Order: sequence, then structure tokens, then C-alpha cells
Amino acid sequence: MNGSREPATADPSGRLSDNIVYFARVLRHAGLPVGPGAVIDAIGAVETAGLRRRDDFYWTLHAVFVNKREHHAVFDEAFSMFWRPRGLIEKMLAMMSPVAPSGPREPEKAKAGSQRVTDAMFADQVPETAPPKPIIEIDARFTMSEREILQGKDFAQMTADELAEAKRLIAEMTLPTDAIRTRRLTPAVRGHRFDARRTLRASLRTGGDLIALRFRRRKVVHPPIVAICDISGSMSQYSRIFLHFLHALTEHRRRVSSFLFGTRLTDVSRQLRVKDPDEALAECSAAVVDWSGGTRIASALHAFNRHWGRRVLGQGATVLLITDGLERECDADLAFEMDRLHRSCRKLIWLNPLLRFDQFEAKAWGIRTMLQHVDVLRPIHSLDAMRDLVAALDGRRDGDADPKRFLNMGRAA
Amino acid sequence: MNVSPAARDLPSSIDATEELLRGARYVADRSLATVLYLSLKMGRPLFLEGEAGVGKTEIAKVLAEALGRRLIRLQCYEGLDVGQAVYEWNYAAQMVEIRLAEAEGVTDRDQLAGDIFSERFLVKRPLLEALEPTLTLAPVLLIDELDRADEAFEAYLLELLADFQITIPELGTVRAASPPLVVITSNRTREIHDALRRRCLYHWVDYPSAARELEIVRLKVPGAGDRLGREVVAFVQALRGEELYKAPGVSETLDWASALSELNVVALDPETVSDTLGVLLKYQDDIARLGTSDMRALVDEAKAKAGAIE
Repeated sequence: MNGSREPATADPSGRLSDNIVYFARVLRHAGLPVGPGAVIDAIGAVETAGLRRRDDFYWTLHAVFVNKREHHAVFDEAFSMFWRPRGLIEKMLAMMSPVAPSGPREPEKAKAGSQRVTDAMFADQVPETAPPKPIIEIDARFTMSEREILQGKDFAQMTADELAEAKRLIAEMTLPTDAIRTRRLTPAVRGHRFDARRTLRASLRTGGDLIALRFRRRKVVHPPIVAICDISGSMSQYSRIFLHFLHALTEHRRRVSSFLFGTRLTDVSRQLRVKDPDEALAECSAAVVDWSGGTRIASALHAFNRHWGRRVLGQGATVLLITDGLERECDADLAFEMDRLHRSCRKLIWLNPLLRFDQFEAKAWGIRTMLQHVDVLRPIHSLDAMRDLVAALDGRRDGDADPKRFLNMGRAA
Repeated sequence: MNVSPAARDLPSSIDATEELLRGARYVADRSLATVLYLSLKMGRPLFLEGEAGVGKTEIAKVLAEALGRRLIRLQCYEGLDVGQAVYEWNYAAQMVEIRLAEAEGVTDRDQLAGDIFSERFLVKRPLLEALEPTLTLAPVLLIDELDRADEAFEAYLLELLADFQITIPELGTVRAASPPLVVITSNRTREIHDALRRRCLYHWVDYPSAARELEIVRLKVPGAGDRLGREVVAFVQALRGEELYKAPGVSETLDWASALSELNVVALDPETVSDTLGVLLKYQDDIARLGTSDMRALVDEAKAKAGAIE
């Protein structure tokens, strides 16, 4: 591949096109949308561009196979694994070896996308060792049964594999489609209000002879969602998985702002906008310095109200506050800041994983203080709870989550 | 709409493509040259994404200039419709024509219809212009900031980019003699549909490396001295590593370098940097953030790294 004597255009015969086909299959298994058309294009492109340099070859395949920026990381990893100049024997050994698929996992800190590529390379091997149909069937049943157990399971008790499955389910989740009507008007064919300006302007085209009426109606927008997420020691497990939910949400709609707080507040909205979930979460972790430390809810909320409140809480924002509410310092600040936050948004939803306990009672001072200032209180410890949250954001189900029920309960006791 | 007399043939290799761009004063990565070459050779549209100010639009301009082709630009915006992008009938002129025909006593309806739906009354917009069969050399068609247009418009483009033809019901089908060289750019304010991506060759235009950026500064701002150029590039590169709302692009680097050379600055110093920061950073948050950090340390760091570029 590095020789300089090769001609400028590549020879279509030989094993190269076979290898490109195999490479495309690896990419497809790793999640890139590579169709047969792209494979033909890739072979054509390599013929056109020639094989003089490795990086030319890289960018030639890149131009055809990569259609989105977030696919770049996966492609890069797959390319360096597949088109390795040496180590062919090791690669073959690894691919042929029957224990390889269930072998030791890559360490957690592996490069984004590399796990998926490794899986894809080995997955490629499956159809050749066994007939494809039964494999697919078994696979489907397995996930079905696992899915049922997963729905109600507490995130904190999940194994790494279950967590991975949960993350996949979160990415597939139907997301809320709440909408509010704004005071702005937008052109509409079936609107109810007469649009004089556009009518006049349109009539100019015909010289004023024909006047076709134009209409408009009230504009409907998704309200912004603001998530403020506690990442102190007791909460970090839930917060991490909730970040996946936020990532899916950020991808789905425009105005989603996410903040993490432990001892201080960090804005991670932009990190979550990275399309690859692994990469986005890695960037979040890098941006935050106080994972699993202590909490200071009042000061974090104060920072939010002061620096961000007026910027991100416009147009009837919904605020999701994810914390267990166990505040150590008991002073008036917490009540003040909660009140302020509550007054500046349309709806304040408190997601508290402590609600997973049946006998939950609002006894802690922090919880009692915060309860007075939230509209909705819901659990957030399992996939089911997360799905209920989606329904609540849609405005479908809210009745069962009135926070005052705990206050009254406390008073009665 | 600049047609230079020296129309050139398409480049015949990746190296030639790189040469061609350099000849037109555009410093391109090898990756970009590869994709561009493939797109020219395979006749596929080139789809460029990247942060603002990395030179996406510039590629189309440079390509048109270097190849001696006509540049036809379609700037997309929300609410862009066929009437603005493809063609429109000149209703007013048609009305006048009908009244004149009435005055002359023309009663043949077919003749009248043929007259008023002729090319004379067709207002051509960029996409139709690009397909003009009378053009001997295929033009460069730049569809700029496609993400701003509505999704329905993308669907329309699909048809156009597949066959390079447009059907006007009253007039017939217009087909390009040779397909235009299409460059599509997007700033990613929303995702472009997969169907459109599939028909294009995709490339993410990234910020250039320090050495390449220095080359660009030398090429575009010859007035800036070697020392200033190096320090500017080192400072901007360091800035891109910071947590900023909007990192400065190449165009900001060039603006800053020319601003500093206009001010007769030969080397960076903290005061000048603070005074001219508005050229580099366009958000008050970013400027405030940098204002609180130690400017002297940043400048010193840039100076230390400046010598090592290349």
C-alpha cells in the first residue's frame, strides 16, 4: 500500500474489492448505515483515487462510508483495526478463536466507539460458524426476557451488561412531544387569522388582479427543558444513567440545557450535544471535577439562578431537578433559592430516587423544605420510572405525583 | 459571477487537486483534497460540514476561480421556496403581454399561451441557472447553509441532484449539458436527512493544525511579520483548547492577524490582546471568561509555543 511504483488508479481485480466488502460489513455491524450502494461507490472511488498512500486510501473510504461527523470515531477505529499493515495472524487468530466473543472486555476507559468496532469484527464471524436464522431467534428471545426484568430493576443494582442494555433502551425510548402555544403567529394554509401583509405581498405578483387570501395561526413550540442533576456520591449512579436520557433528549429536540452539580455547578449542555453517546458522556466526565463528592444544593441552585436562570428559563421552561434532597447545611438559603427557581419556570419536576422505597417519608429537613416548592415529585430509579417521566412531560399523567402528599402525611403522623 | 478567461480541466490526481487549490491561495488538508478530487471525478456532490469560519464556502469560491467556472450560489434560509430557488414566472410582464395581445386583437388562445409561457417570461433562480443547457462548461453550484432551509426543500434537492434536471410543467424539462459541480455546506443547526447524505461525498472540515494555519496566515495576510504570525496562530490554537462557547475559526484568525498588523504590532502583548479580543471572540461570555484568566500567562505560553510551529 505504501509502494510508490503502483499505478495511479487501482486494479479492480484481486482481493482488494473483497476486502472492501468485508470492511463495509464490519462498519455496518458497528452501526454505520453502509448499504450495498456505498460499497460499490467505495470500490469505484478507490479505483479512481488509486492506492499510492495510506492516508489517501483512508480518506477515500472515509468520503464514501462516513456520512455524519459522529461516525468518524467509529470509522477511524475500524480502519486502524481492519487495515492493519501487520499483525494479520494475530487478528485472524483472535477472529477464529471460539472464546474471543466472551473474552475479557476492553477496559472502561477505551476510546469511544472502539468497543462497538471490536464487537462488530467478531460479530462478523458468527454467520460463518453457524446458520444465521436460529442465532437471530435466540438473540431476540434473550433480549425480550431480559427486557421484562430490566424494566422494574433499580439502576443501582444493575450489572454492567444490564446497564448497557438499559442505556440502549433509553436511546430507543419514545420521547415527550409536549408543546405550548406561543403568542407569535406563523403562516398556515389552514389558519384562522387573516394575514393581511402576506396577502398583499402575494397579490403584487399578479399585479393586483388576483387576491388570494393568506392565513396564519398561533405558533406551537416545544418548551425548553432544563435538567439540574446532582452528582454527589449517593446520586452518581442515577445521574450517570440519567445523562443517557438527557443525551437522547438533546438529540431529539433543540432547547435542552443540562447542568451537573456536586459542590459546584457545571454546564454540560454542549458536551451532551456530541452525537455519539459514549463520547458525549466521556466529555461530560472530563468537564466535571466533582463527581461523587459532597452536595451543596442551596449554593448550586443559587449559582444556577444567578448565572443561568434568566438565560435558559425563557418560554415556559420545564425544570427537572434530580437530587435526593439530603442537604447538610440547614439554613434559609435553600428555601429561598427553591422558591426563586419555582417562580421562574413553568413547571418544576423533582426526580428523587429515594422514592423507590415504599416507606418513603419526607422527614429530612432538606426534603421537607424543597417539597413546598415543587410541582411534581417522581421516582427516577428504573426504566419504568423514566417512562412515566416521559408521560408526565407530555402532560398525560401527573395526578399521582403531587408532592404535597408527603407533607400532609408527615403532618398526620 | 466571475468568469476568468483561463478555463481549466479538472485535476487528474489528488496531488494535482492540492496544487490547484494552493494555486488559488487555499491551503487544504490532504483529506479535503482527496474528497474534492473524488467528488470532481465521480461527479458526486460534495457535502461539507464544520464549525463556522473554517472555510467551507470558500472552497466553492476557490474551486470556481481555479477552474475558471462560473459560481452560482444559492443561500438557503427558512421559508426558501421553489419560486426563490428554482424558477418563477414573471406574472406582471405576462399580464402586460396579455393586455397588449388584447389590444392588438390576437384571439388565438394557443398562440397566446405559447407566447406568455415562453422563456422570455421565465425568471431563472440559481438552481435552474446551474442547469442551463447552453453553458459549455459546467458551473460550480454552491448551496450554502442547507441546514437553514426547510426539510421539504431537501426532498426537492434529492430529485435535482440525482438527475440534474428540472421539469417546468408549461415549458418542458431542462437538463444540464454537463452536470454542475455541486458543493453543499451546512453548519449543523439541524441534521440533514440521510437520503441526501447518501448521494453526496461527506467531509467534516476541521480546524487546521498549527503549521497549516500558519501557512494560511502567511498566504492571506502577507503584511503580518513572521513573529506576529506565529504568535497569533499559537494563541488561537491555545484558545481552541479552552472551554469557549464559540471557538475562533480560521477567518477570525485572519481578521485578527490583519487587525494587529494594521495596528503595527510586531509581537503580542497582554494589553493589545485584551483590547482586540473582540475580533477573535464574538460572545460576551467568552470575552468575560478570558478576561478573568491571566492574560499574561496565556500570551507567554503562546510565545513559548510559537517558535515550535512547523
